[in-house]
Amino acid sequence: MAGTMPKRGNPPIQGEMLQGTLDLLILKTLAIGPAHGHSIAHAIERRSDEVLQVEHGSLYPALHRLEDRTWIASFWGTSENNRRARYYRLTPAGRRQLTEQTSRWDELVRAINGILRPATD
Amino acid sequence: MSLFRFLRRRHWDDERARELESYLAIEMDENVARGMAPEEARAAARRKLGNPTRIKEEIYQMNTIGFLDNAWRDLKYGARLLRLNPGFAAVAVLSLALGVGANTAIFQLLDAIRIRTLPVEDPRSLVEVRIDTKEGRTGMFSGRRPMLTYALFERIREQQQAFDGLAAQGTIRLNMAASGEARNASGLWVNGDFFTTLGVKPFLGRVFTAADDRRGCSAPPFVASYGFWQRELGGDPAAIGRTVVFERHAYELVGVTPPRFFGVEVGRAFDVALPLCSEPLSRVESGLERRDLWFLSVFGRLKHGWTTERASAQLATISAGIFQSTLPDKYRPDDVKNYLAFKLAAFPAGTGVSNLRRDYETPLWLLLATTGLVLIIACANLANLMLARATAREREIAVRLAIGASRGRVVSQLLAESLLLSAIGGLGGVLVAQWLSRFLVDLMSTESNRMFVDLTVDWRVFAFTGALAVATCLIFGLTPAVRATDAEPAMAMKAGSRGATDTRERFTLRRGLVIVQVAMSLVLVVGALLFVRSLRNLLILDAGFRQDGMLTVNLDLRGTGIPEVGRRHAFSELTERIRGLPGVERAAEAFIIPVSGSGWNNRVVLDGTARKENVNFNSVGPDYFRTMATPMLAGRDFTEADTPGRGKVAIVTEQFAKTFFDGQSPVGRTFQIEEGAGVDRPVYTIVGLVKDAKYTDLREEFTPIAFVAATQEAKPDPFLQIVLRSQAPLTTITSEVAAAVASMQPASVLVFQTMNSVVKESLMRERMMAMLSGFFGLLAGLLATIGLYGVMSYMVERRKNEIGIRIALGADRGAVVAMIMREAGTLLLAGLIVGGVASVGAAHWARALLFGLGPGDPATLAAAATALALVAIMASYVPAWRASRLEPTEALREE
Repeated sequence: MAGTMPKRGNPPIQGEMLQGTLDLLILKTLAIGPAHGHSIAHAIERRSDEVLQVEHGSLYPALHRLEDRTWIASFWGTSENNRRARYYRLTPAGRRQLTEQTSRWDELVRAINGILRPATD
Repeated sequence: MSLFRFLRRRHWDDERARELESYLAIEMDENVARGMAPEEARAAARRKLGNPTRIKEEIYQMNTIGFLDNAWRDLKYGARLLRLNPGFAAVAVLSLALGVGANTAIFQLLDAIRIRTLPVEDPRSLVEVRIDTKEGRTGMFSGRRPMLTYALFERIREQQQAFDGLAAQGTIRLNMAASGEARNASGLWVNGDFFTTLGVKPFLGRVFTAADDRRGCSAPPFVASYGFWQRELGGDPAAIGRTVVFERHAYELVGVTPPRFFGVEVGRAFDVALPLCSEPLSRVESGLERRDLWFLSVFGRLKHGWTTERASAQLATISAGIFQSTLPDKYRPDDVKNYLAFKLAAFPAGTGVSNLRRDYETPLWLLLATTGLVLIIACANLANLMLARATAREREIAVRLAIGASRGRVVSQLLAESLLLSAIGGLGGVLVAQWLSRFLVDLMSTESNRMFVDLTVDWRVFAFTGALAVATCLIFGLTPAVRATDAEPAMAMKAGSRGATDTRERFTLRRGLVIVQVAMSLVLVVGALLFVRSLRNLLILDAGFRQDGMLTVNLDLRGTGIPEVGRRHAFSELTERIRGLPGVERAAEAFIIPVSGSGWNNRVVLDGTARKENVNFNSVGPDYFRTMATPMLAGRDFTEADTPGRGKVAIVTEQFAKTFFDGQSPVGRTFQIEEGAGVDRPVYTIVGLVKDAKYTDLREEFTPIAFVAATQEAKPDPFLQIVLRSQAPLTTITSEVAAAVASMQPASVLVFQTMNSVVKESLMRERMMAMLSGFFGLLAGLLATIGLYGVMSYMVERRKNEIGIRIALGADRGAVVAMIMREAGTLLLAGLIVGGVASVGAAHWARALLFGLGPGDPATLAAAATALALVAIMASYVPAWRASRLEPTEALREE
């Protein structure tokens, strides 16, 4: 998302996704409940009907960054198929971020739509 | 990114590695579930994740504080470089430790003597109360800081409004031995409120209260310093209540002061404090009664909201009344006029009071400047070495710059090495300083006058040392680092390849450094020579007496109970007995020992007219002049026949004759000593003339001195002082004398001092300056020589090719030597010229400390310049000679 300041040294987020969008998607995914990196990646792909292909590698720096900002917290747990996995959950600060960023995303979409499809009526 | 994560990067690295592993495992599980073979499943999972190392690196970067990370890496690199060059590292650390240590030691002393506040409660609100001028006071002065009389202190205490409390103290040397050789403690007489006013809490027991200090006290208590309690009472807590004898009176210990409290006089530590009311017990004539006996210094604790100015104003309003009501009765009219015009004032005393400041402040600042110069010279040497090293790495640096390293990064990497050096050197300096400052304190102390300076390292010393270390690092590290990265990469790479000779301007900085070094060390060598020659002038001057083989014996006969009328006889007997001892050549009574610091002066009345010139007096026995080896010029010496009943006789010096009789023979003339109204003035007939002699100080011009006959004094005090001349070893003679005195007067107390140590004490400051400036001058000369040698060797090294070609083309080897020596000579000459001008200017600061020669003394300047030039020429001859021995083929093949 355009509003989030990129940190120095961070490479731009891969693919055609807008910068910061990945963060928003992670936050949204975690809003449902704690999840580990692998399931987050798959959840994003599944819920976007495979339109958004997350490069799984880029997920981890993003998770690290979000944890650094204390928007998410992590703990070690056991996955569905009994593997040790690092789980992430949303913190209260993360929840506030999610609300805020969602509304800004809506604004952005409205603005872009306003340009792409001017009201005809 | 938090510092916390930065410091735990390794942990986070592992954490991420495990997380990525777990991803791969889960993905692989799923792939297998979809029906892939395990190998294939793993490969697919890896493909999906991407390059794990890259991911980890990305996260690692996020956890990094770039600046810190770089600094750490640079330091490690610097340390590695230093380990590779242990010789260079050792020289650098050693010279820095010496330089920083010397500076810190001197600063530590200045801090302790001049800057630091007293270890008392709220030192800033402490002021000293005294008369606002030191001139014009007459009467008797006793102790180290005789500012007020007891009568004045009492009136001030009654009438002042500015202070919450007043603390008064007088100093005295207290003898603890009942007989035999004296054992002294440094004592204070203090008023009852002394400790409470200063806010000094007892370490043990209690401090004085007003109840301890009541006039006429007969069984007074005493308070010991922590040091005295440790030394004399074994640090025993049960010592409270024990009695100790001072000056033949028993005092009971009631308390011990804390370890850090040394009194209010910086440079001295008190041993014991006695209540002021006990002063009459240890003094023949009590200062509590005599209104013209100055022996107290008084301190006040300002009331809340009062300033020093306001306190002075209040003191000024009560001054007139106080001086009127305390007027000493024996004063002459002009003394009375002076006395009544005095005004009391308050002076800040938060940093304590000290006689050391007057004597040592200028020398210490001068020494600090000296050590500062030494440090700069050492830095210049290091800068030269660093330059040489940077030049050797020129190509490497050029490559790094060319492939995109930022100049800042390269400079900081080069700086890291100097930073390490100065940090280690600074730490070493602190250690050197601890040792050196103690040595300096010992240098300023003598057996009879122990100097005490609290040398604990406070934040000021730390800040000073730290700043010094950083400054040195910048001086010797930054310039070479900046210069090394200055060159155009392409140029540097080309120049290093096959250049025949070096460009001239690449040497400019190094030449400049050598010139500065030579100049500065000339300043220091000139300074050292000036001080050493001053000391020598003082030591060889004709003082009017010969100090070698002379011993002074001070006898305290108060314990013997000889009645006043019998003293004269007993004194003569004792002197006679000592004179007859086998090891003693001559002996005589002397009231005042020359240059010991004590004195007795007054004015004389000639033919009924009072003369304004000051005359120094002494009261001596027969044979005094022969004992002192002062030549008798005319007339006769005193004899035993000069008894109290006969007409008073005197012997005077040439200067006396010059001042009062126009240089004509004074023998047979008469004078009177000026006395207050109502005191009779006996007429003294001059019977002899002697050569001039120094009186209070070796540095003074000869003053008029009049000697009166000790044998004519009818009622002497119970103290006898004898000077004797002997070639026997000191211990033999002191035990002989002590035994002789003990057999005649067992209850007497003796103090011995050689005349040599009296003179030495009077020249303590001169000795210190000569010794230290001499040492630093040598060090500076040595460093500058090394610097010149280094630069010349380096230049020869860089010009090997050129020199090789010259020799190959038939240049005379002598010509090569001459060429290099010309080069060195130019630098030397430039340095000497700059240094010569600078030292004449700098020496003016030291003018007051010189004796017998001026600051611009041409002989000194010439000697210093010659010495320095000789050493420097020798040092540069080595590389020149080496250059002339070059094998042209080898020199040309080398690159």
